Amino acid sequence: MSNNTPTDPTQDVFIAAVSLVKVGEHWDTSLRELANHAIHHVLIEANGLRPQALYIANAFAPILSRQTQLGALVADFSGLRGIEASTVEAAGASGGMAVRQAYLAVASGTCDTALVVGVEKITDKIGPSMLAALSSAADSDHEAPHGITPAAQAALLMRRYLHEHEAPADALAGFSITAHANAVSNPNAIFRRALSAKAYSKAAMVCDPLTIMDAAPSVDGAAAVLLARGHVLPTAPDLPRVRIVGSAASTTALALHDQPDLLTLTAAKQSADLAYAQCGLSAKDIDLFELHDQFSIYSVLELEAAGFAEAGHGWELARDGEIGLEDRIPITTFGGSKARGDPGGATGVYQVAEVTLQLQGRAGDNQVPDAKIGMAQCLASAGATACTHILQRT
Amino acid sequence: MEVSRHWRLKKQRYALQGEVCPHCSVKIFPPRDICPDCGLDARTPFQFSGRGEVYSFTTVRDAPEGHSEQVPYTVALVRLEEGPLVTAQLTDLDQQDVEIGLPVEMVTRKLRSDGERGMLVYGYKFRPLLRPAA
Repeated sequence: MSNNTPTDPTQDVFIAAVSLVKVGEHWDTSLRELANHAIHHVLIEANGLRPQALYIANAFAPILSRQTQLGALVADFSGLRGIEASTVEAAGASGGMAVRQAYLAVASGTCDTALVVGVEKITDKIGPSMLAALSSAADSDHEAPHGITPAAQAALLMRRYLHEHEAPADALAGFSITAHANAVSNPNAIFRRALSAKAYSKAAMVCDPLTIMDAAPSVDGAAAVLLARGHVLPTAPDLPRVRIVGSAASTTALALHDQPDLLTLTAAKQSADLAYAQCGLSAKDIDLFELHDQFSIYSVLELEAAGFAEAGHGWELARDGEIGLEDRIPITTFGGSKARGDPGGATGVYQVAEVTLQLQGRAGDNQVPDAKIGMAQCLASAGATACTHILQRT
Repeated sequence: MEVSRHWRLKKQRYALQGEVCPHCSVKIFPPRDICPDCGLDARTPFQFSGRGEVYSFTTVRDAPEGHSEQVPYTVALVRLEEGPLVTAQLTDLDQQDVEIGLPVEMVTRKLRSDGERGMLVYGYKFRPLLRPAA
């Protein structure tokens, strides 16, 4: 490291601006238009700060939209022609992984600013072809040919979890109920309505024991975050500065059946531990946790992997009222994937943007009181890829 | 679907042929050339017995392309008696209730079909064990 470097470069990466598009079924909006909406608004918030590189978080455009090379497409369509731009793909973890690539670009000193846009256009395909695309995150030689789907993978884990830990059939209800409660006041959520325990218990079965109320809707969305070195930020900002103090990613075996311990999200645990180590923090320091609740069982397994509960006890955090906005560890504070909606590879960008809003006190009715440190973690399929970011208000 | 892609997998799909690690003796299925336990080369073929038990299971009602004519179908993680877990459908269930721990054995069945002119892909599924091992 150069002697001229004023600070540790890995601790000099800030979130300069964020934007979120409402998650939903955007029949009248294309992939490129969704991305442009997010970029347009993040650049307004950036107030003159221009990106030097663009990272696109997207998982399914090559299959669902028959479109590769989103870097050039989105850059050009969004008025950024000429900028270095490419896609970061890691299925459901694409968003976190793209933020991480932007973080590395800025932390390395290669760029002063890097823009991440997560964009996913799911709803142009429906039914079996859409499910086949989403199932491409599983092992295409050894899982997909057997008719496995993302819901089936989660259901296999959910049944085994409830069996091994002798948890009640409605053990996971509180996660979906909390997510829906938080989405009511989120203008960017697809489901802005509360979920009752009764409605949860009567929900239609998707893949037993997993019901439609354990499953997030896979829909369209786009979100953007602009990362920047401290010296290019305004000296008298209107909002508290938010710094990335931990950024880590990890992988494990792709196929569910190849996991050494199915009920431990190895990659999630490893990426959380690495992120904690970077900033000398631990689970007890985290004021809110945007986890990846594409299916409710993943909320439980992520809470355990990130150190908020012992193995087998994660489900009790919902039962004991510890995950609400004013509780011990608020999660899915804007509704999470369950109720804000799950825009595939864009999800991880929504999470980082939402944590930023919380730390800047911009969360409105969703505000976690006096949030100083927040964590975002996204997963691909049943956790084969995991990416964790820790953000701190400075 | 791609003919060569399925042809390459015929030994594992039709015969449940995996590998045994010559260094640490762990049995490997599906074959993967590098031992997941010790990290060394593992390319020695090993014939699995096809017997195992249900580790977890679920029923798929909304199927991806290629599986629509099978719905509803039961997908399981099966713990083979030699150690590995595999993802596979359960078949020949009739009215039998599935439960964790159910003894099963491998059979060859149609896995998916790609329309009138497309390929039929065959491979392993598991059915309740007909005759318990002696």
